[in-house]
Amino acid sequence: MTQNYNMMELMICTASRYLEDGKTVAVGTGAPCATAMLAQKTISPNLVILFEAGGIAPELPSMPISVGDSRTFHKAVMAAGMSEMMTTCSRGIVDYAFLGGAQIDKFGNINSTVVGDYYKPKVRFPGSGGANDFASMCWNTLIMTVHSKNRFVEKVDFLTTPGYLTGPGSREAAGLPDNSGPYKIITDLAVMGFDDKTKTMVVESINPGATKEQIQENTGFELLFSDNLSSTSEPKPEELKILREEVDPTKLVIGR
Amino acid sequence: MSLDHAISRFVHDGCHLSIGGFTVNRNPMAAVYEIIRQKKRGIHLYAHSNGQGVDELIGGGCVDRLEIAYAGNGRFAPTCVRFRKAVESGELVVEDYSNFQMSLRFTAGAMGLPFLPVKSGIESDIANQWGFKPAARRSDEKIPDLKLCIIDNPFGRWADTTRLVLVPAIEPDVSIIHAQTADSSGTVRIDGLAFTDIEQAKAARHVIVTCETIVDTRQLRKQPERNQLPFFCVDAVVHLPMGAYPTACYGHYDYDPGYLNDYRNYAQNDEHHRNYLDRYIFKTKDHAAFISLQPLHRLNKIKADPDTGYATGLNRL
Repeated sequence: MTQNYNMMELMICTASRYLEDGKTVAVGTGAPCATAMLAQKTISPNLVILFEAGGIAPELPSMPISVGDSRTFHKAVMAAGMSEMMTTCSRGIVDYAFLGGAQIDKFGNINSTVVGDYYKPKVRFPGSGGANDFASMCWNTLIMTVHSKNRFVEKVDFLTTPGYLTGPGSREAAGLPDNSGPYKIITDLAVMGFDDKTKTMVVESINPGATKEQIQENTGFELLFSDNLSSTSEPKPEELKILREEVDPTKLVIGR
Repeated sequence: MSLDHAISRFVHDGCHLSIGGFTVNRNPMAAVYEIIRQKKRGIHLYAHSNGQGVDELIGGGCVDRLEIAYAGNGRFAPTCVRFRKAVESGELVVEDYSNFQMSLRFTAGAMGLPFLPVKSGIESDIANQWGFKPAARRSDEKIPDLKLCIIDNPFGRWADTTRLVLVPAIEPDVSIIHAQTADSSGTVRIDGLAFTDIEQAKAARHVIVTCETIVDTRQLRKQPERNQLPFFCVDAVVHLPMGAYPTACYGHYDYDPGYLNDYRNYAQNDEHHRNYLDRYIFKTKDHAAFISLQPLHRLNKIKADPDTGYATGLNRL
């Protein structure tokens, strides 16, 4: 069977199904934003989208390219500033954070700062922005990234954003909110959650066309596979239609 | 006051400077270009999620040290190009914080407090890796001895919190913001997102405001609830139409994808970037001359739609 969607479309459609109706989500630029827009137009019409620069609950007719874009507060309930949005997260009333990242380890810790040494980096990335704040203070973090050995590493070069840190109990010991942390990782190969006992990444569902071996080969650490391993559903025609025609008609995100 | 006068009066070599805006939105770009034009050197720069302004100041050779949360320009440059080059080559020393930490540091400065507490940053490398080493910090009275400090909640488990990060105040020598509207005495009205501009301004010893429109004070006094910064916090007001260009100014114009894409390409090559600086900044006498170099069809395309405040339908590829 030939597939009629690309990997970005697959990831966005898959991820959108994890954003429950009526919840609040703090989103980053690009794919996470497209995902929240799609969820709002499909299964979660009452999903509340929040942007760190101060756009609160907008209606998004066109894709912002930055979280400070004027489009982030189109017909919003508020156009505020960064403090307004971040204090809301700090208060503990934002359900999801939705992020990307350059590197991620088995505990869901994310690096978006440097590859190599901090003082003499091989590659410099933009930095935390609001990512550390969101993953520290929102309840569940979703992460979307391409699955490769360079990205899924044993140890992140710089821990920009906390996942389960060094394992069970370490977030709570650090002083981060009880029962918060990474929730789902959505890649082009699989959807992963976290094992309750070890707080390490566990493959929950395999994307169309991918195999267990391929997923492990593209991961820099030993993955767990769920006892209830399932297959990720293909994007539905109506999801693809809305994504292509309403969410991202000029292919700012899905075209890549 | 004219912009060149405001910059030469308040922005000095080695000063601690903070600029407002967010990624490709409402950066005080005319002021940034004037700082480059006046060849200011050794600046210690603060921003939170700034993009174009930070990158141009770094590329212009003005910045030695940088404290930020993020340096990216969305799809035009996911990591700012001159920033990346300067960090990777070791020319620029960076100290990383998160966005909320930076906005609280400006808030602390604006309140005259030494620090504010925050829940984010604990056990991350933002807390563990310091851009400025302890010895360098102790020898510079304008940098706090600690990047940040983690404490147990002194009130026990009050507010269900066990540990906190204390982040030090920022008190820049000068902050520069670009607003839609001000009066000649300096009262400011920002439309749309305020980012952390007001906190940045209040934290600084001196404040330069550039604005699209100067209006009579009586007009601002008719709706005081829409104003954010009173005149007594502001040292200089400069009337500068298109003063945020090529970044967006809500209600007036959008960011210019053509310029920002071209800039990324220039920035990637040292020689092209030098030619860019020469042509657009050193050889233009002011911002109006810089704007007059931009193709009219591009400027027309970014005009804000009165209904949305941005250029609806703008091709942003």
